Order: sequence, then C-alpha cells, then structure tokens
Amino acid sequence: MSSQRFRLREAGRLDRNAPLKFKFDGKIYEGFRGDTLASALLANGVHLVGRSFKYHRPRGHLGVGAVEANALIQVGEGNSTEPNIRASQVEIYDGLVASSQNRWPSLLFDLGGVNDLLGGLIPAGFYYKTFMWPRKWWMKYEYFIRRAAGLGKAPTGRDPDRYEKMHAHCDVLIVGAGPAGLAAALAASKTGARVIIADDQQTFGGSLNRETDCYINDKTTVDWCKDVVATLEGLPDVTMLPNTTVSGYYEQNYLTLLETTKPHFFKSTIQQTRHRLWKVRVKQVILATGMIERPLVFANNDRPGIMLSSAIREYINKYGVTPGQNPLIFTNNDDAYRTALTMRQNNINVVAIVDVRENPDSELFRQAKEMQIPVHVGFAVVTTRGYSRIKSATIMKLSSNGKTLTGERKVLGCDCLAMSGGWNPAIHLFSQSGGKVKWNDELATFIPSEATQNVLTIGGCNGTADLAKSLKEGLQAGISAARLSGNKAHPPATPSVQEPVQSETRFVLPIPTQKNKFVSEKVFIDFQNDVTLSDIQLASREGYNSVEHLKRYTTVGMGTDQGKTSNVNALMLLSQILDCEPEQVGYTTFRPPYAPTTIGAYAGRNIGNLFSPVRTTAINPWHEEAGAKFEHVGQWMRAWYYPKVNETMRQAVDREVTAARTNIGILDASTLGKIDIQGPDAAEFLNRVYTNAWLKLPPGTSRYGLMLKEDGMVMDDGVTTCIKENHYHMTTTTGGAASVLEWLEEWLQTEWPNLKVYLTSVTEQWAVAAICGPKSRELLQELCTDIDLSDKAFPFMGYREGTVAGIKARIFRISFTGELSFEINVPRSYGLSLWEKLLDVGKKYEICPYGTEAMHVLRAEKGFIIVGQETDGTVTPVDLGMDWIISKTKPDFIGKRALSRRDIIKADRKQLVGLLADNATDILPEGSQIVEEVLPKPPMSMIGHVTSSYFSPNCGRPIAMALIKSGRDRMGQTVYIPLKNKSIAATITNVNFLDNVSK
Amino acid sequence: MLHIECPWCGFRDDAEFHYGGEAHITRPDPSTTLTDEKFSEYLFSKTNTKGLLLERWCHRSGCRRWFNVLRNTITNEILEVYPVTEKPSSKQGKETYERNWRRKSPPKKTPKTDEVK
Ligand SMILES: [Zn+2]
Repeated sequence: MSSQRFRLREAGRLDRNAPLKFKFDGKIYEGFRGDTLASALLANGVHLVGRSFKYHRPRGHLGVGAVEANALIQVGEGNSTEPNIRASQVEIYDGLVASSQNRWPSLLFDLGGVNDLLGGLIPAGFYYKTFMWPRKWWMKYEYFIRRAAGLGKAPTGRDPDRYEKMHAHCDVLIVGAGPAGLAAALAASKTGARVIIADDQQTFGGSLNRETDCYINDKTTVDWCKDVVATLEGLPDVTMLPNTTVSGYYEQNYLTLLETTKPHFFKSTIQQTRHRLWKVRVKQVILATGMIERPLVFANNDRPGIMLSSAIREYINKYGVTPGQNPLIFTNNDDAYRTALTMRQNNINVVAIVDVRENPDSELFRQAKEMQIPVHVGFAVVTTRGYSRIKSATIMKLSSNGKTLTGERKVLGCDCLAMSGGWNPAIHLFSQSGGKVKWNDELATFIPSEATQNVLTIGGCNGTADLAKSLKEGLQAGISAARLSGNKAHPPATPSVQEPVQSETRFVLPIPTQKNKFVSEKVFIDFQNDVTLSDIQLASREGYNSVEHLKRYTTVGMGTDQGKTSNVNALMLLSQILDCEPEQVGYTTFRPPYAPTTIGAYAGRNIGNLFSPVRTTAINPWHEEAGAKFEHVGQWMRAWYYPKVNETMRQAVDREVTAARTNIGILDASTLGKIDIQGPDAAEFLNRVYTNAWLKLPPGTSRYGLMLKEDGMVMDDGVTTCIKENHYHMTTTTGGAASVLEWLEEWLQTEWPNLKVYLTSVTEQWAVAAICGPKSRELLQELCTDIDLSDKAFPFMGYREGTVAGIKARIFRISFTGELSFEINVPRSYGLSLWEKLLDVGKKYEICPYGTEAMHVLRAEKGFIIVGQETDGTVTPVDLGMDWIISKTKPDFIGKRALSRRDIIKADRKQLVGLLADNATDILPEGSQIVEEVLPKPPMSMIGHVTSSYFSPNCGRPIAMALIKSGRDRMGQTVYIPLKNKSIAATITNVNFLDNVSK
Repeated sequence: MLHIECPWCGFRDDAEFHYGGEAHITRPDPSTTLTDEKFSEYLFSKTNTKGLLLERWCHRSGCRRWFNVLRNTITNEILEVYPVTEKPSSKQGKETYERNWRRKSPPKKTPKTDEVK
C-alpha cells in the first residue's frame, strides 16, 4: 500500500482519523474521509489516470470539480458501474473500486499510443474525411475507430441502482454556493423567501475553501462560510443541496438539478437512491456559478502533472495534498502567485514562476520576490518533457509582441506545473436560459449581457473576480430576487473584506513554439477531445471559419465537458486567424446537461412495472388462473390464448378458433373503448364524425361506423348503439379509446360548439363477455329469461337490456367473427361473476374461452379489418373496399372532401385484398413486401405488403390480407413474396376467405 | 417543460396538455365547391413561425377543455390564454392574428417568417 507521500502535514480539512482504502486499476491505495478520488490519487502521487481520446497520450488530473477534462474514470463494478466520471467529483469511501479508461492493454503501456506518433494521419475532420473514402475502406476503418473512440464501458446488464425524481417550487434558486451564492442566499432567506441553494461540491463555499489569504469580517473565509452555512441550515425555508449539479435551464425558469446522494451506494446491497433528479420551478434564478480557469496554450501542455493553478491551490488548502514536491508555475496573471505563496507556506519547493508579463507589479509579485521564489519575467514555457509525468519544462524569453522567442533555452526540472491563463465565467446555464453574452476585453472572455428570463448573474459568473465585489453583488441579488418574487426585503450590511489586489493579465495566445524537425510538438486546446492548435489552423485553412463549423469539424468543445476549459481559447485563436474581434466570431450556445448525467436519473422510478400503468379487466384473475398467455394491447393486458398442457400456441389457437365456429367461444372484450354520448344533438354529431348515416338509427339498434381524419384516412372504427333517444353507446378500438375521445371533444369544442352533446368515457365501467358460435343463443337463453332472444325479436345489430345470471346487463347482438354472437355488458364489479357463470353453464355446450389471437384469426377468416393492422394512417375506406360505408348523400362528415382529392381517387392506390400462398403450408410473414417479379437481389419494385397473416383452421390453410397497388384489378394474379432464403408465390383473392375458400 | 395556465384549472405542467397546432384555421364550408388546391391549403399548410404564434392546446389529463394560447416560439413565453371560440384580445395577439397569411392571401412558395421582437 502506498503511503500518501504527497499528503501535507497541516493543510486541508479532511478527517484524518478516518483512513479509507480504495482500489484504482487493481492497486490498493489509502485516503481520508473527505477526499475525492482525484485528491486521494494525488496524495499517492498518481498523476497518470487516463489516455487521451484520439492520440492515446498519457493524461493526468487537470482541475477540480466539474472542470476536470482529463481524469475520466470508470467507477464501481458489475452492472452498477458508471463510466466517464470525473475523478475530482467522486467522494471516496472504504472499498471504492475505480479504473482508468481508453487504454489497452494497460495504462502505462498503451498500444493506441502509436496514434500520437502518427498524429499527422488523424487531422481535424478525420472522421468526416474518412466517410468520403471508398466505402469498402470505411468498413475496415470502422472497427479501429469504434474501438479507439470508446471512452468508458457501459454496463451490459440491468442497472441495479435506484433513482428518484423530486418536484419543487421556490422563490429563489441560487446556483453555486461560493461567496456570491452564499451572500445571495443569506440576503434572500432573511426576507422569508423560499430559497434553494445548490452546489456541485460536497462542501459549500466554492473558492472560499481554496483561499487562505482573504478575510471576511476579520474571519478566515472558511470560518465565514461555516457561519453562513450554519445560519442557513437553521432557516426552515432554505433547502441546501450539496453534491447537486444544476444541469439544465429550460424555459419559464424550469431547471433540473442532479443530486448525487451519499457515495456508499456503490457497494451497498440494499437498494438506495443513487441520484435524485430535481425538477424545480423558480420565480427568480440567481447564477453564482463562478469562474473556470483557462489553460495556457503551449507545446506539450497536456502531460500528467500539468494542472490548473487554482486547482492545485484547492488541492493544497482544501484536501491537504500537493500535486508535486518541485512545482513550476506558468502564468499570465497575478492569481498564480497565490498558488506559489501557498506552496511556500506549506514548505513546498517552488522551482520558479514563469510569467509572460514584462513588468508585473503587484503586492503578490513583491511577496513572491520577498520569499525568494525565482521569477522569470517575460518568459514562457515553450515545451515540456516527461512521459507518465512531467519531468522538465523548457523556458525562453518572449519578444515584446509575444509572437516570437528570443535568447537561450533554459531547462527547469519539475514534477508538476501549475498553469494559469486567465478566467472564464461559467456562463453555461445563462446561455441555456437563452441569455445573450458579450465579449469583455479586460478579461478576454465572454460575460453575460442580456437575460431573457428572470435570472441574475453574480460574482465570477458575472465576470467579477474580487471577493468584496462578489459578496456585494450576492447580497444585492438576494434582495432583489426576493423582492421580485414578492417578499419584503431588508438589505443586510456589506461585510468588510481583506484580499490581495491583482494587476492586469497579459494574454499571449498561443505561446510560440520552436520548430522541431524531428517531432511535431502538439499544442492542445481541448484536452478531452484531443484538439490541437494545428487542427484549428487546418480547419480555418479549409474554410471552416464560422464558430459553429469549427466546433463540428474539429470537435473542439464537443466532449463531455462541453469545452469548459477549451472554448474561449479556441475562439480567441479563430479570431486571430480571421483577424477579427472575438465578438464577431461569436459564441456557440450551450445545451443541457451542464455535466454528463446518468440516463437512469431521467428514468427515475418509471422503469419495469412502473414504466407505464398496466390495465387489467375485471375478468383478469380468471385468465391468470386458467394459465392464459397475455399480450399487451396499449396499456391493457389481454388474454392472448389459453394453452392446455403440452399444447403449442398454434394448437391452442386452432382449437379456440374451431370452437367459436362449431360450439361456443367466449372472449373477454372489456378493453374495447366505450364512450357514453348524450344530448339533443347526439345523432347529428355522430352523423358528422362517422362516414355513414346516423340520423335515423332507432333506439335498440346498433350500427358499425368508420371514423376518418380530415385527410380522408381511416382513424378508428367501432359499433355505436342507440340506447334510447339522445343517448348512445359508442365503442372504439382498444388502443384508440383515449385518442378518439379527445378527437371528438376537439370537434365538439372547436368546430361545433353549438352542438349540445356530452361525452363520457365509460370504458372502465363495463365488463364485457362476448359469446360467439352457433350454440351461443341456447346458452344465453338459460341465463336470461327476460329477453326474447329469437332472431325475429332480437335481430342482428339489435340491442336489449335485461338480466343475465341475475345481473342487470346490456346485450348487443353484434359480431366481429361472422358467427351468431352476443356481447354482454355488465357493471365492472360483476364481470368476473358473469364470466364464471357463463363458463359454468356453457360446459355442456363445450364452451371454449378464446384470446386475442383467435379473435384475430376469426375476423380475418371473414375479411374484417383491424384499424392499425390493415390501416396505417395512409389508407382510405375506398382502399379497404368499404365504399358501402361512405354516405353519398350527407352534406358533410369529417374527411368527406378529402375523399375526392386527385391523389385519393387514383386507380393505382394500394387496395386491400386477400392473399393465398400457392403452397398451402406457407404462412406469409406479416409485413413482408410483395413484388410482381423476383429479381436475383434487391432492389425490386414493391407493389404492397402483407398486413395480416394466419393459419385458418376453418379454411384448412393459411390466409393473409395485403395492401397491393391496384389490388382489386389483379384478382387471380400471382405475386411473389421474396424472403431471405426463398420466395413464396401467392394468388390475389377476395378477403372473405370463410365463404370463398373451400375447405 | 412549459408551464401552461389552463383557463379552468390554473397553471399545470405541459405533460398534462396536448398540443393542437395552429389556431384560427377556418374549416371550409362543405356545401361550397372547393378546389383541391384550396382544400389542401386548409389541410396541410401550417405556418412554421419563429416568434408569436396563436395555437390550440387541450388540457388532456385535466378538464379536457380546448383553449387557445399566444406563445412566443423563440422563448416559449405564453402571453395570452383565451377561449377557443374567441379571437385574441391582447394587442400582440390581435396583431399576430391579423398578420397571419390566412387573413390576407395564400402562402407564397417560400413563406416569409414573421419576426417578432
Ligand atoms: Zn384544465
């Protein structure tokens, strides 16, 4: 076990009494409670943690928190494993297992590293260019590209962890709990406003945890932060969310927050929530997201050990770990001097400060001098050496315009390099909110300007670098946000602040390189996507001068970090190349999420059985007990078929289909959509929504109807019954119930508001048993004595009310099978009892329950359509051969005009026909394409497709329905169905198989 | 996710609503003869507005009522909610209503988008 060689004796705020063991790439290390994986690895001197995306270069830690671009780690094992996690955001725990990514066979020796030497072969736009090579080459390259492109590994099994969602409302949401955010929370909360404050770090405080040279009201920044946090914790209307990334900012101040719950979930066997996705509606948003430090752009600036200066300061002051014993500082501003001073205070040997500025002059500069830190003024690091970790840096004097190098090369040995290239406000969420940004010359970056929603930006996010101003902005924003959301405000006193004063920054971009004949030295802009300076230059030479094109062509800023450290450098370089202002280059829009988010968090608990509600009928317990196989129809679970012991599906369905035509079959038809229609204009309404005539339907009778969309295409079908005057019972397809009701409401409310019609869904109110077959009347007669069931008294399409098995029932004499059939409706709670009674009494008639599969076969034997199977939204009633149902005399119905459109009356439209395979054992696969002539290989011109296909026991052979171009003119013709290994010949027929096909 | 104010139920998340497309498209009188072109215009021509749009929504999982909305398609800001049988009453709503090509002439081959600040 390693001994935390780089752990500092005094600095940091960790629980040193709580040592923890964790595993990285198979090796066990030790850290402390409060460490992140990054800080614990650094404490053990582990810099090499990954391989870069394209060139497989060794990479180490770059930053802290969400900023990290390099150290993407695979965390956890088995199906709980999560790839692409920033090591700087993983809180360690005892037993944590993590591994590096994108390396093969090992991290230190990686074969993909040859990509680095062959770098010239992988220029910008490589992937686009590859697509243009001959196609057969692409097939070869694809294998390597796919292998090389993978970052982490996705688990293959089901995610065992639990995710939750939380909905919340608040007056003020503060994003970021640094100095500005905390001040805003303090001010807003004192007004009684409901406040949520979220921060992606485990501890609140942001930069307050990093600095040791500032004081607020004479307290250290950490103590001030602790006081504020304690105050906020005591307030009932303040919700504090650490470990929570605000990931999305949508319209109308709707934001999503991803909370990571305590980390021990990784090894837990009990189901615990891993992430909680908050969906928050906010009156006023305050963005206090701070600033992200910018890397410097110089040759070989990506070696492990080269890190952002402020990150190093944070590792020292917050985690008590130094990334190196002999660090070198490379900067263009004063802030990096604070890192040098911090190092010195912790007895770390600072090799030197290399400052590109020619005349730095500030208190920080003087302090560095006083502490006898060597400062190379006007110098720059021009290249670095070291494989798995930086070993040395070469420095040279910069010319006064910063474009060339002069003088001698000096090589400085070091084991770590702190770089500071200026600061960028984290404007991602502001950009997501629709806010506009503007260029700021002094900071050489984009800062927020015009907001389009109720959002305020403060502190670093606003481009404000110093602490005193940030606190002031925070307090003001807190007050005004509370006021805007309707709370009374009392401005709190502005705290007194001591902090180092900083002087100007000198932006030298890029740092010039020395031409090297032998090796091309790479200057990285985007670490995560391996985009180099020469990629940007090449893209520009090839004409990709718009920022949106540049981004896509070079992939700069397109990694999982969305260019947090790379975007502004890339833009500045492009503006230099184009010789224009960065403002003119523009800025790409950021999109959610701010940081990668596990898909499981979006799914939440809506998985498995909770994905979609399952609807079951009143008779369902019987189906289950009978051993039925089920199928999903929309949200419904329907009995599919009832296999007996040792029976195949085909055998069961054949038996059920035969019984329904020879004795009695019984079907649970409860799932059919049912709409109760009442009102004086109900008949008129039906007349307008169905294609056929409805005005003269007498009470006690039913009619089949077809509904079209306004474009003339079939939308739904069903039987509607006149219960009594002005009262109808409409049935719809099982799947169409909700949409038909909505459709009817739409027409009633928007087109015909003068019609007095009232619609109520009664699908759930009625349980329906449909008995079908020659003996069904005899059976019903036994159970129903108050209705004359004779054909004369109760004819086909009749409707009667009476009592069945002692239950008040509505009986419809309608048929979807062509057989004598009664659909018995009883209140849902009596459904099961009716069903059992029918089966009990039906025994002597050999009653046979049948499922949806038999129902499909039975209707197909008669050529009856199923909407959604024979139709797909492009089929008219005429295409279906159902001209008989279209009224020629009605002045209007939905879809009427469309039926006479030129396209709709064309003769070569696809028409519904029957299809019988010439070989009477072939069952045509549903969905198969149909051709006139089979060619040796595709393409072949297709004339239609098979819509339904079954074995019909009553016809003694397979039958199929198909939509075929001009099908009705092709009766008797032979067509072909080309399949993978054979072609089937079939003859076009009428769809009424039962009456036309001899057994 | 939009926050829509149903005239009957108040503010609700858009998951409860069903979008009904552009509002104020008059269904042609079926008793008049209508060319295929005119009918197709009614059936298929919809404005793809960048800016203010009058549109229909249905509170599907609530009161089931249809109503009209004036929405800015750039910012998703909802400026007016009004009954489905009426015309907008706000100034911007009235202007949007009048500016629609249906009030004037059929759309040109490449419809001009209405830019609204
Ligand atoms: Zn409502």
